[in-house]
Amino acid sequence: MSHRYPIRMNRRLFLSSVAMLTITAPAVSFARTISGSLPWEPMASDPPARVIPGGWQFFTPKEAALVEAIVDRLVPHDDLSIGGKEAGCAVYIDRQLVGAFGTSSRLYTQGPFKPALPTQGYQGEADPAQRYRAGLAAMDAFLKQRDGKTFVELKPEEQDAFLTEMEAGKVDLPNGVKAAGFFGLLLQNTMEGFFADPIYGGNKDMASWRMLGFPGARYDYRDHVAKHNQPYPLTPVSIAGRPEWLGKGA
Amino acid sequence: MTRILPRKDVVIVGLGWTGAILANELTDQGLDVLAVERGPWRDTATDFNIGYAQDELRYSIRRDLFLQPVVETMTMRNDPSQTALPMRDFGSFLPGNGVGGAGVHWNGHTWRFWDSDFKTKTNLTNKYGAARIADLQVEDWGVTGADMEPYYDQFEYLAGISGKAGNIKGQLQEGGNPFEDPRARDYPNPPMQMTYAPTLFAEAGRSMGLHPFPTPSANMSRAYTNPLGITLGQCTFCGFCERFGCANYSKSSAQTTVLPVLMKKANFEVRTDSEVLHVDLASGGKSARGVTYIDSSGEEYFQPADLVLLCAYGLHNVRLMMLSGIGKIYDPNSGEGTVGRNYCYQTNAGVQVFFDDKNFNPFIAAGALGQTIDDFNGDAFDHGGLDFVGGAGINCIPTNGRPIGTRPTLPGTPKWGSAWKKATVEGYKSTLSFSSQGSSYATRANYLDLDPTYKDRFGRPLMRMTFDFPDNDVRMSNYLCDRMEEIAKKLGGKQYAVGRRKKGWDSVPYQSTHNTGGAIMGTDPKRSAVNVFLQSWDVPNVFVIGASAFPQNAGKNPTGTVGALAFRAADAIRNQYLRNPGAPLVQA
Repeated sequence: MSHRYPIRMNRRLFLSSVAMLTITAPAVSFARTISGSLPWEPMASDPPARVIPGGWQFFTPKEAALVEAIVDRLVPHDDLSIGGKEAGCAVYIDRQLVGAFGTSSRLYTQGPFKPALPTQGYQGEADPAQRYRAGLAAMDAFLKQRDGKTFVELKPEEQDAFLTEMEAGKVDLPNGVKAAGFFGLLLQNTMEGFFADPIYGGNKDMASWRMLGFPGARYDYRDHVAKHNQPYPLTPVSIAGRPEWLGKGA
Repeated sequence: MTRILPRKDVVIVGLGWTGAILANELTDQGLDVLAVERGPWRDTATDFNIGYAQDELRYSIRRDLFLQPVVETMTMRNDPSQTALPMRDFGSFLPGNGVGGAGVHWNGHTWRFWDSDFKTKTNLTNKYGAARIADLQVEDWGVTGADMEPYYDQFEYLAGISGKAGNIKGQLQEGGNPFEDPRARDYPNPPMQMTYAPTLFAEAGRSMGLHPFPTPSANMSRAYTNPLGITLGQCTFCGFCERFGCANYSKSSAQTTVLPVLMKKANFEVRTDSEVLHVDLASGGKSARGVTYIDSSGEEYFQPADLVLLCAYGLHNVRLMMLSGIGKIYDPNSGEGTVGRNYCYQTNAGVQVFFDDKNFNPFIAAGALGQTIDDFNGDAFDHGGLDFVGGAGINCIPTNGRPIGTRPTLPGTPKWGSAWKKATVEGYKSTLSFSSQGSSYATRANYLDLDPTYKDRFGRPLMRMTFDFPDNDVRMSNYLCDRMEEIAKKLGGKQYAVGRRKKGWDSVPYQSTHNTGGAIMGTDPKRSAVNVFLQSWDVPNVFVIGASAFPQNAGKNPTGTVGALAFRAADAIRNQYLRNPGAPLVQA
């Protein structure tokens, strides 16, 4: 696992991931008493770690091929942008699933788990990583049974038709996987990857930002605020800068 | 083993807006003050870094600065016949965490409530008769607009609010809000430069005889030095405001307006990553001895103090009261008990207007940069021929063009595929959105109590929220949607879409972090938990400061009123309470 930035076990990261759940574990306290001045120390900040494509950390090769095929239908290659696969949406999802999102480590996961009203949100016991593992397997098991083919073996228009059925909840996937719910998770994560800063692996060369005209991380528009209805002239910039600043492999 | 610490004059639970204001005022008074904060220390220089503050995924979608549900969540249901289940992730509202609290990542809309808002029950009864509000449980606050004016002024000058007065000492001011109460002086800073969408919205409103004005904003229209000598910088319209810390020192927060002064004082300290479990009461339950807190290693401490100030998020103030046995928990069947009573929210709806020929550059934005129309808010209009009470501000405040969350498309657009992509590109720059932020009026069955089943990480009951939009408020919101449709038609455009408010409050999509009530202020200890100075009726050396004190919510963002109530409570403690500590400021 290679990272552009060194990973530091930062106090807040630690708190949000481990300590809150294991208060009886060996005592490690980040509690501080602060008095007398604003506390400041050099390098105290907590920059993001940049995703470097290459290899899979959560998906098996077969799952990865399926997810790449799905994201390439949700965000197809056309004259507006590259497709979801080339943009890195599957890489984005892979890395999210090995992090706090995948394991719901920041969420409330205590039972009992009961049937929910629509207004009460997701009440399942499975975390996103478990939902992907089960959901992807269920998709291919269903398709093999029905069509004799896996998703990646279908033609693009057949893939679209199946995703449309999933979105509408019209297919009964095996092992209790709810098609519409899993589709919603896939769609949410694909869009996150496509539109997030490229440092997370899924918006290669700011493809979606160029498509929309979103300038990204610029942070100062004082020179354009009064120019109503006039196009903003500058191209986007990422937290990690621009691809041409980063050299080969960026 | 609980370790017992040396006594303090004052212990404050939570170091956000109200905690910082109270701490600064009471340390000025010479008291020895400790703040105990559940979350981490946070500051601009270290945490809101201009190199990566503009990270939508991390801060807006994964919500890095917010309270995480693993630490504390609540259960919810829409009515008392249902079984409440935990909000496993926060959605409809997003409480803050850490030093600065939700004031770190707010948008900055800074309103004054009106005299008529403070007298809701009396005013509505006098105008429309008691039968009109029989389904509601609205109350008077026990204060007047004139009582509150100096404290609003204090908060607005602390925070450097950018705006245009509409009424200075009774003289209406061109370009301001003609419906506001008289104020002593104008805002400390002029309004922000307007972007294109609010400019068009205001033109349309004016042409219809309405009264648009610049939304009062805690984003700085220019560099500003506040009365504590702390300087904020000019807002750069970066479009990363709500859910983000500001890297420019240009959004007011405890960090940018109070902490640089407070932290230097020898008689103040803050303990971070330390969660208060409860307030400890003396035998008999009539006075507080201090608080018990636990640090992130699981070590427990008892912190003795003469005065305890609950300055956490309003909902957490209410839960701490319940867990500490301060006051009696409200029972909707008997109507008895006050803690948890009159929980209210905000009743919002929205409109999108789609154009072909306009470029709004939605990424050039700030959290509170926009225009508001108050002609249909609160008591600004006659409800005589209408079937509801209350109202809403109509706000055109486009806060961002961040693309994971902000991708308006025409109704009926698919959610994926090439047709989706084409519509997304077309809608991104050329859609104008505005919304109604409506009042939320109390009912008997909207309330907070403790959940019988679900526990937090320490095994204490979660708070249970029982809430749905009252019929009155849904009718109000529909009326406002009709008015918004008129504005949408006036704006032109090829099409518009209205998102109306329906019953069945949904805890999943984001709506508003304006949760109010549960420890409401008032003049009757049977119907309020705190008196008009936010002092507990039951335990007089405890003050409970925040939007928990609102008897019902107006069609306005709460922070201005929360800040004003904090200054008012501080004034009462300094100039009345300390003369006779431990005694009630108001006789029940």
